Order: sequence, then C-alpha cells, then structure tokens
Amino acid sequence: MQRSLTLHQTTIGKKVIMALSGVIIVGFTIGHFLGNLNLYLGPEAMDGYAEKLQSLPPLVWGTRLVLLFAFGVHIGSAFSLWARNMRARGSRYKQHKDLATDYAARTMYWSGPILLLFVVYHLLHFTILPAHPGEVYRNVVEGFQNPVIAGVYIAGNLALGFHIFHGIYSAFQTLGANHPRYNSYRRDLAIAISAAITIGNLSFPISVLAGLVTL
Amino acid sequence: MSEELLNLTLHVWRQDGPEGSGRFETYQAKDITTHMSFLEMLDVVNEELIEKGGSPIAFDHDCREGICGTCGMVINGVAHGPQKLTTTCQLHMRQFNDGDEIWLEPWRASGFPVIKDLVVDRTALDRIIQAGGYISIRTGSAPEANELPVAKGTADKAMDAAECIGCGACVAACPNASASLFTAAKISHLSLLPQGQPERQDRARKMVAQMDAEGFGGCTNHGECEAVCPKGVSLAWIARMNRELVRAMVKADTPIERRDR
Repeated sequence: MQRSLTLHQTTIGKKVIMALSGVIIVGFTIGHFLGNLNLYLGPEAMDGYAEKLQSLPPLVWGTRLVLLFAFGVHIGSAFSLWARNMRARGSRYKQHKDLATDYAARTMYWSGPILLLFVVYHLLHFTILPAHPGEVYRNVVEGFQNPVIAGVYIAGNLALGFHIFHGIYSAFQTLGANHPRYNSYRRDLAIAISAAITIGNLSFPISVLAGLVTL
Repeated sequence: MSEELLNLTLHVWRQDGPEGSGRFETYQAKDITTHMSFLEMLDVVNEELIEKGGSPIAFDHDCREGICGTCGMVINGVAHGPQKLTTTCQLHMRQFNDGDEIWLEPWRASGFPVIKDLVVDRTALDRIIQAGGYISIRTGSAPEANELPVAKGTADKAMDAAECIGCGACVAACPNASASLFTAAKISHLSLLPQGQPERQDRARKMVAQMDAEGFGGCTNHGECEAVCPKGVSLAWIARMNRELVRAMVKADTPIERRDR
C-alpha cells in the first residue's frame, strides 16, 4: 500500500518541527527569565508581577497551551528521531574519533530528558504545589535557601544552557539559514542567548544562597 | 615523515559475509616504505597472507586517484584516515610512524551492510540517486555551449556540490549514520542549474524519502561528515536541502509516495 508522504513524516520535517517548537520554547524562556528579574526588585515587584499575570487568564492559559503543544511535538519528534538514529548505526565502532562535534551536541539526548524532569519539578515546586500560594517571592527565596533545591536549579539551568546552545545553532541550519557571510554570527547568537539565559537564571539561586537576596 | 621503513601492527575487521559476525585480526606490516599509499601497504600485507595460504583482506578500490569514491575505510576511528580532504587511496604511509598500531574498520551503518571484511554495500546511495538525482534532457550530440547560459557564480557553486564522489564517508562518520551530506550535495548540485529545474519540485521530496527509507539516521548538526569528507563538501548544502524540501512540500500540488528500500 502506498501512502502519500507529508513533511512531518520525513527526518527533515521532524527536525523542522523540533526547530520551530524549540524557537517557541526558547522565546518563552527569555520572557520567563526577564520576568524573574523582578526578584531583584523585592517582594512587592515580584508578587505584583505574578498577580498581574494571573489577572489575565487568556494570556496565561494561551501561553500554557502553546507551550504544552510545543513541548509535545518537540519531545515526540526527538524520540522518533532518536529511535531511528540508534537503529541507523547498526554495529558500533571499536575506535571512534570525533573531529568536529562539541560537548553540547553530543549530550543533547542527556540534556533533553534532564530538562524535562527539571521542568516537571519546577512546575510542581512553584506552580502546582507552592509552599505559600500567592507569595512568589517568599517561595523562591525560601526554596533557594535550601542548598539541595538551589543545586537542582543550578544543574537544571546548566543543562538548559547546553541544550539551547546547540538547539539555537542547529535551528538555523535545520530551517535552511546557512550563508558563508553570516555563519559565524549563528554561533555567536546561540552563545549570546544561551549564555545570557543561563547566567541570568543561575544568578537567582546563587544570589539567595550568598545571602544577597533575603526575605 | 621519513625515508625509513615502517613496521606496523594492523588490527583489521574480518567478516566472512553479510550474515557472519565480524572480529578483529592482527597482522604485521613489515618494511613498508613511506612512499607507499595506504592501499599499497594493504596490498603488501595481502601478498604475504596469500603466500601463507590465508585469505586476503577484502577492501574496495578502483581508480586509486582519489576521484572515484570506491575506496574507504575507517582508519583509527576516522573515515579515510588522518589526512584531511584525502581519500584512503591517496593517504600515504608517510602519515604514519614506525611502530604505529592501526585499527581498520568498515563503514558501519545499517544502510551499508558489510559484504566482506572492509567492503560494504553502498547501493543505498545509488537508490537515492535513482529516486531523483537525474535530469530529463534530450540526449544525443553535445548541446551548443551558449544555448543555456549559467552564471559563473552559480556554476562554481554547483561544481562545489558536485564534487561529492559518493564514497559514503559522511555516513560512516555521522553519529547517526545519516546520509544527509551526500543527499544534500546531490540535490543542491542539480537544483542550482537550469537543467535541474523541471524536476526540482519532486527531486528533494523523492530523494529525501528514499534516504529515509534506506534506514539512514537524521542530521543533528555535529559536522562530523564535513570534517571527514575527502572533497570538502560543505554543511551549507544540508541547509539548502532542508530549504528545498520544505519549499517543495509546501508548493507541491501532487503528493509524494512513500518509498521502499
């Protein structure tokens, strides 16, 4: 039986889906980080910002639905490609030398699942089962004062940094944006965005642990 | 780099046939001059094996000039060995030192079943070409040179893509055993030229469908293929292939059929 083939059934189509959903998720991550900067402005700013968001249910639920969809297709495509790529090698090399790849690219299959677990934990911690509902600033500071919880966030954000570095860089290639004149900027932009988000996000638990942000 | 004679230890993948399970066998390559090519060194080893009544190491080769794409093996973990932009046949023993241990393995990919020892079946690449890597023109006498003008820049780009000799090193080096670089080079080469326009809409779709049907993996942008390619075929062609496929999928008025291996 012959069936017609559509974009998402090809390996390239799956990568395009991963790139587009990745752009959505990275876009949200940037906004999420910028919102979190309210932590440095004190409890009123942080809780006020959260309250303002919550007073706009269409925005909150619209974002959640889009993100849920993006995560769903991103993970679905990743799993399908992962299974195919595992089968494609067949037998393993006895000797193998990497010439061009980097740490971030090699660990995508690790950083991805780690991020998924981290996002689930993060949602349970602050959104679904917060210690003090409505008191965002207090939840964050009290949470990060626990070195174990702060450690989980530090590890999660390091995984995020590596994952989105290779992700952003690859998204250009997957979506066909490759031009000798601009190629070096693709890498620079990937480094800039992933470094800004990672360093910024890491500053929150570290500031609390260092006692710079207190209740 | 020296005039001395090399004595080397080879660990060679030996596999009796497609069904057999392979193993490494160790051989000594004695008194190898540094002027020999890598394949000539294997010829010497094979002569000795034959004299002793053993079966020679099977490896693919044809032109031995670095242009046909027939030879190829993974040498110490790198497809085509340590010298950049060089096929196995053009790799010379001056790249090695006396006493070196050398591991030789076939291209390892589900899409490239081993035929014997270091020889793999690369007809999967031929089937990708058959799926869409052609142009329909009236054959016969050579066309008039100025009938179809091609801009110099375009001709140069098409030639860069057309440099691919189909050796399969990209598949061998890719962590996902993906044939993206090969397929991309072939799609790009034809899509750049005016002669390639009539089939352009179907070409990317058919060739990508065949590439997937052959069981090759997907591209994850490691860049290993570009690093081992003896012809320096660029990753830029993969981006172009992706553009070609999406463009064709969006614009196409007839669906493409699923392909079998």
